[in-house]
Amino acid sequence: MKIGWLEVTVASIFIVIFLTLIFSRGSNWLEPKFWRNAAIFSGVIMTIFLIFLTFDTHRYINMGGINVPEPDVINNKILYVYDDAKGYYVPKIEGQEGFFGKIWSKEEASALIDKGKKTIQSRNCMDCHTLLGNGAYYAPDLTKAWLDPKWEQLIMPVVGKSMKEEAMATWLQNPDKYPTWTRKMPNLRLTPEEAKAVVAYLKYMSAIYTNGFPDHFGVAAK
Amino acid sequence: MDKLYESQKLAIWYFAVAIVLFGAQLLFGLVGAIQFVNPDFLFGVLDFSIGRMLHINALVVWLLLGFIGAIYWFLPKEFGREVVGIKLGKLAFFILVAAVTVVVLVYIFIQIGPGDWKTLWFITEGREYIEAPRWADIGIVAVALVVFYNVVATALAAKKITGITGVLIVDLGALFGLYLAGMFYTPNISVDQFYWWWVVHLWVEATWEVLIGVLMAWSLMYLLGSSRKLVETWLYVEVFLVFGTGILGLGHHYFWIGTPEYWLGIGGFFSALEPIPLVAMIIHAIYDAGMHKLRTANRPALFWVFAQAFGNFLGAGVWGFMQTLPQINLYSHGTQMAASHGHLAFFGAYVAANLAVLYIIVGELRMKGITPQKGVKYVLDSKAWRYAYVGMIISIIGMTAALLVAGFEQTLQERAIGGSTWQAYIDAQEHPWFKEAMLWRLGFGVLFFVSYIILIYDLLTIKPKPVKEEEIETELGAVPEKA
Repeated sequence: MKIGWLEVTVASIFIVIFLTLIFSRGSNWLEPKFWRNAAIFSGVIMTIFLIFLTFDTHRYINMGGINVPEPDVINNKILYVYDDAKGYYVPKIEGQEGFFGKIWSKEEASALIDKGKKTIQSRNCMDCHTLLGNGAYYAPDLTKAWLDPKWEQLIMPVVGKSMKEEAMATWLQNPDKYPTWTRKMPNLRLTPEEAKAVVAYLKYMSAIYTNGFPDHFGVAAK
Repeated sequence: MDKLYESQKLAIWYFAVAIVLFGAQLLFGLVGAIQFVNPDFLFGVLDFSIGRMLHINALVVWLLLGFIGAIYWFLPKEFGREVVGIKLGKLAFFILVAAVTVVVLVYIFIQIGPGDWKTLWFITEGREYIEAPRWADIGIVAVALVVFYNVVATALAAKKITGITGVLIVDLGALFGLYLAGMFYTPNISVDQFYWWWVVHLWVEATWEVLIGVLMAWSLMYLLGSSRKLVETWLYVEVFLVFGTGILGLGHHYFWIGTPEYWLGIGGFFSALEPIPLVAMIIHAIYDAGMHKLRTANRPALFWVFAQAFGNFLGAGVWGFMQTLPQINLYSHGTQMAASHGHLAFFGAYVAANLAVLYIIVGELRMKGITPQKGVKYVLDSKAWRYAYVGMIISIIGMTAALLVAGFEQTLQERAIGGSTWQAYIDAQEHPWFKEAMLWRLGFGVLFFVSYIILIYDLLTIKPKPVKEEEIETELGAVPEKA
């Protein structure tokens, strides 16, 4: 079943008003009782709608769901392309290209993504960067960071690696050694395994369907 | 004058710690503000990520401590009896303070750890606003349960429930319960952020707003002698509107995190209505104050109530609305626009409310040593509170305006034109509009800290002054209309 936002909006408001009026029969609208009923029904009905929508949303946001890929998506080539029907940019997952020169099994990829997520949390990435647009604003947004042209244009030549994954991992372990402007990223003492896992997580995150955010990433405005 | 209830003594302790953490919040905020201007400042010692975490965590914790303190202050008066289980309440307070101290020391001196479970349990969970490690989460839940028990058990023992306490109990249950949604780990960042917002949004845009409605209802009764029926009816209206708009308004955080497209409509629509309850709160405060012609015995508290009403509406309502529709948010999301909104909203909605309650407490405490004379009324007043009040309001507006300019520039240059890349980010940060805005923000930040010092001085020295000619309708520390 596909849920329409307008139906949800109209239905939730209608039910709150309907129940309030039914249960407040006989009392004046200026009386406390009327507004107490309104308060109770708005709280209860909106919560019920939220729970219902939460179940439906999980169909989209579970790994392997409609919008969020399985961890082994790191094996695939990922693009961010304009969708004519939608009118915004969407991730496009193409054939296998490998990651760090190999194809990762489902289990290996899951373990790597798990390590990446724990590493991202343990280093407080979110208190400088934004991930999926959420976090702090002291450093660039990482939602589609895997697709950032700077890796090819600047980082690969500077760290002397010809493979993008390796260049990213090397840079992440020594960000203070290769500053890109006056505001440096501190050295967060990532181990080689952690750096690899973080790169995997960035690639994985870039494959999440985010309703067009950020708009035209990596493409100059037309 | 009556003696203080034990619960009220506990309230004073809560506020004492809260106000110290307020200062810590400001100091770490200043560090971050300096780093935006000079990135080498404390680089490698107290990096932005750590200072910023301390800035927002100190904020959340001191506001919560203030709310709990306010509850412990008003509750025994509301029920006319000592709070049940107050010894347990005091024990919980000491556990909380000890836990906060340990967490802060670990944040400052250990900062980060390897990417494993141990770090999540003992150093940081790395999730903005609720970074506290898991062991501290469990401690917070335990303390919350004690506070909840105190409130419910006191209502049961008093064998009565007022409209205000009814709302309080339901709201506290939801507020503390929601914290559990932030206490799990998943490798899936979309699921992680989905429930993370249950804590962050459903706190500040739903349960905290209702709690503030409760505290302001009490405050208006104490400051102006407003009628209970009026105050309670307005509280119901506010709860109706806050929950009616704020619960599904949660959807404005579900635009871009992997969630389905229908959240664009649901989140956009309901969050656009979220300012309405805040308008109701303004009308309520102004109406009551007008009815009683501002004849209060506690001027600083009443003025902080006004700052709360207007600050909440402007900061949370207008500044939130500015960027909540998805067609705008696509470009403004994750920019200084959010920081601009955050600064004014937290100050207006919550800081001002806590300061209002704090002045109510100070007013009553300072009346203790005074033997009232016939025909003489006492008004809590001083010059210093006016300087602190005006200073804080000017500086928060200054910071908000500066961040707004920076946010506009970022929205345009980094997101809309530049396409949000690494280089687009750098270009936007190097833009003169952004750099100048950061200087202004720092300046107003310093002014805010100076105002904080004046506030502390005033809180320590302000005294009730005898007045003869003026008509004052309320008394400092008097109990208003009983339920």
